[in-house]
Amino acid sequence: MSKFHISATVNGEAVEYLCDPKQTLLDVLRDELNLTGSKEGCSSGDCGACSVTLDGRLVCSCLVLGVEMQGRSVETIESMASGEKLHPLQQKFLEAAALQCGFCTPGFLVAAKSLLEKNPNPTESETRYWLAGNLCRCTGYDKIIRAVLETAADMRGSK
Amino acid sequence: MARIVLSDEFGRQFAGGQTRFDLDVKNVRHLIRELEEMFPGIGEHLEAGAIAIDNEIIPDPWLNPIKPNSEVFFLPPIKGG
Amino acid sequence: MAGYEGKAFKWVGTRPVRPDGVDKVTGRANYGADQNLAGQLTGRILRSPHAHAKILSIDTSKAEKLPGVKAVITGKDFPQMHRGVLPGDEGVNFHYLSSNIMARDKALYDGHAVAAVAATSAAIAEEALALIDVKYEVLPHVIDVDDALKPGAPLLHDDIFTTGVNPKPDKPSNTVQRVHMALGDANAAFKDADIIVERSFKSKTVHQGYIEPHAVVAEWCEDGQARIWCSSQGHFMVRALTARLLNMEVAQVRVMPAEIGGGFGGKTIIFIEPTAVLLARKAERPVRIVMSRDEVFRATGPAPGSSIDVKIGAKKNGMLVAAVGEFRFQAGAFPGSPLGPACMAAFGPYALAHVTSAGYEAVTNRPLCFSYRAPGAPLASFAVESVIDEIAQKLNIDPMEMRIMNGSKEGTQMVYGPKLKAVGNLECLKAIKNHPINKIPLGPNQGRGLAAGFWFNLGGQSSAVVNIAEDGTATIMTGSPDIGGSRASMALMAAEVLGIDYSKVRPIVGDTSAVGFCEITHGSRVTFATGMAIIQAAEDVVLQCRQRVAAMWEVDVEAVVWEDGHARPAGANAGEQKPLSLAQIAARAARTGGPLVGKAAINAGGAGPAFAVHICDVEVDPETGGVKILRYVASQDAGKAIHPSYVEGQIQGGAVQGIGWALNEEYIYGADGRLQNSGFLDYRIPVASDLPMIEPIILEIPNPGHPFGVRGVGEVGIVPPLAALANAISRATGVRMMDLPMTPPKILAAIDAKK
Repeated sequence: MSKFHISATVNGEAVEYLCDPKQTLLDVLRDELNLTGSKEGCSSGDCGACSVTLDGRLVCSCLVLGVEMQGRSVETIESMASGEKLHPLQQKFLEAAALQCGFCTPGFLVAAKSLLEKNPNPTESETRYWLAGNLCRCTGYDKIIRAVLETAADMRGSK
Repeated sequence: MARIVLSDEFGRQFAGGQTRFDLDVKNVRHLIRELEEMFPGIGEHLEAGAIAIDNEIIPDPWLNPIKPNSEVFFLPPIKGG
Repeated sequence: MAGYEGKAFKWVGTRPVRPDGVDKVTGRANYGADQNLAGQLTGRILRSPHAHAKILSIDTSKAEKLPGVKAVITGKDFPQMHRGVLPGDEGVNFHYLSSNIMARDKALYDGHAVAAVAATSAAIAEEALALIDVKYEVLPHVIDVDDALKPGAPLLHDDIFTTGVNPKPDKPSNTVQRVHMALGDANAAFKDADIIVERSFKSKTVHQGYIEPHAVVAEWCEDGQARIWCSSQGHFMVRALTARLLNMEVAQVRVMPAEIGGGFGGKTIIFIEPTAVLLARKAERPVRIVMSRDEVFRATGPAPGSSIDVKIGAKKNGMLVAAVGEFRFQAGAFPGSPLGPACMAAFGPYALAHVTSAGYEAVTNRPLCFSYRAPGAPLASFAVESVIDEIAQKLNIDPMEMRIMNGSKEGTQMVYGPKLKAVGNLECLKAIKNHPINKIPLGPNQGRGLAAGFWFNLGGQSSAVVNIAEDGTATIMTGSPDIGGSRASMALMAAEVLGIDYSKVRPIVGDTSAVGFCEITHGSRVTFATGMAIIQAAEDVVLQCRQRVAAMWEVDVEAVVWEDGHARPAGANAGEQKPLSLAQIAARAARTGGPLVGKAAINAGGAGPAFAVHICDVEVDPETGGVKILRYVASQDAGKAIHPSYVEGQIQGGAVQGIGWALNEEYIYGADGRLQNSGFLDYRIPVASDLPMIEPIILEIPNPGHPFGVRGVGEVGIVPPLAALANAISRATGVRMMDLPMTPPKILAAIDAKK
């Protein structure tokens, strides 16, 4: 099976990789680019653990093929903190104990960041529906939803 | 004499239906040895389960002392999730 | 272990950021599938499409010839284990364990592993699986537990002879065991009852639903050693079982614990590790196996479905007089369902003079049924709490008052024999009784439901090392995987005993060759038992510090006390000495006896049972049967909450898993015995938009068996929700649901049938 040569932007940096046509963007991130922060929970777009933004839009990276990435730009959990400074969502998740096992956490953070970029003042219900594509089995979602709402309030206050 | 209580299954399977015994034993090891002598074959089954001595469930009991007025219950194994 | 009663804690009970937190919010933390060794191959497993079939032959020759395939194995590559249970094996049947990991002469469920390959890419590995030719003779199968118990049911094994019955059967059957326990004489006592309610309940298999699929990387070395990286609830368990199944010495297997992405009991046993080791050995290269979600559903260890009869009698005033429970549990293809604990826990919240708890376990053509959070208790409790509620409804009395009136407490004798020590059942009930939710008026189609739950909590073997660095900071090491924040609890307890700042304590979960043995993370035991080891190891450091300072001051050790992280003179007689901090003592360690290392290795007894009481408000849509949860409040006795945020998290997470069990989740089998919903789309666990906030109430009734009063908190929260939901739905609709899950079509049919 011959491989495809792809040039794309990952977390702001130009990358090139070879991938076979069956590999998903998630496979490429994890196995070819060694970015293992995005997690595989289902490979069917049901759990959201592999959430990334593709040209600014929230997607499940397991539902995008590696060969579709030519000329496109993806942001993953690895680019969420800037330098030593955590994103306010990351910091709030820590303070609010909004993670237990932590496996779904990268996906939730990427999805929540995407929500707050679109809607800086979401209601609880809007937050719950936006994050309904991200499964968490540990927390019962309570502390996650609170962390997102509190971060939104903090970020509005600091503007 | 300590009061020893077997589960109903062990009583049925090994002890002719009897489940309660008053025995003079120093510790769990002696108790299991004594019961094995009374009911050959029961020992390894008893060791695979849990034991409560004086209302405390004890993991992997062996040398734990049994007092003259102690109450000992043999229980099914308990696994957590 | 005295010394902490009445002490005001400085660190215990606070809510600092967890030590492993930054790794987990930045994507840096390494989970099972994140390990990547040079030259690593991809392993894939071929699984039976049949529920029950004789394996006539397996031809792997075509797969072996495919370029890129480096190894193919089948059951023949696994060492044969002794049939039956050997003395000293604590009841584990290694032949069954091995046969579950790779089928031998029969495939016993849809998804049962029959062969495995290792190849240079996932695509080649999958192509190779398709080239393996397995000839099956399909056999009749049995899926339902009641069917499996019937004489003449398709027989799974020829060596299962029901235990716990007399005479011992001379023919094999699917019935693994009979369990029976009783207090008083329930059948005779029913004559004193003014009301008797007897109901039958059914439930389906449910999965723990951890988001991280099982994953392992194995490496075989030329000197006969194996290295394994995997996520599990206990890497010492992985080491012991893998070594045993491969006829290896335990010390030749080294297991590195990856971060674990959820387990809930499902990762307390192995499924793929020996397969990965054998592939790595044959291929002479490291092999990674990562289960797909489909494989996780079809071939790991979900919780059993059940069939339960409960009969309870009461006086007109609500006082219970007698109760009988008959619990029939599926076992999956091999024995292992939590029937005993279910019988023991079923009536835990009640003081009953006359009670019988009994049941059967039967193997079925399903994946191995194994542990799931308070194993067995949620199903048993669902049945008992539903009948209690129905009695309250029929007698027209307050279900809360009925539970308080009959509630178990210190001194209550349990059906399994012992009496309870100090427990928080009544406190949990009263906390819910006094909660403002009770004053909120309910609208049409709304109902309020209440249920209580009990779970044992376990202790067991743990060890810990506290290493003090030259500057007085501490590294604390245990072998207990951190599944939900336990590193934070360990660090808090160590900081408390050492008297140093939490930030100066770094907790490590070490591999099997680096730290002392710890039992699996299960039974809500880690904060209790491994925490006790940490406390003792820190106390060991404190004692050594006092001894060294006593030598420096030329006084007896009793003349030196440890307060607030400093050695101080015990009184005026000890002389005028300036207090010495841990950092100052550590700086002089070389000259006072060498490194400061504290250690403890224990088998912790004294685990204190946990109680939980939940209340919820629901609204049932009379057009669709859909249930919307409006409000949910959960109380639980933690003994002592070391890190209250993570205790709350356990309560909330347990409640929501129970909600999923109650309303959505089930294994659905076709007539062909194949699982039809092996993905998260069709096996629907609760999502954020299904739920309200879950309000936790932590109660602290100290466990006398722990120096800080800790009880386990991980499990009991999943026990009450099933019945709490059923009871709320009953009050909202007037129909009682006795078949889980309570899906909209079932509720609608029940409402329509009542009309």
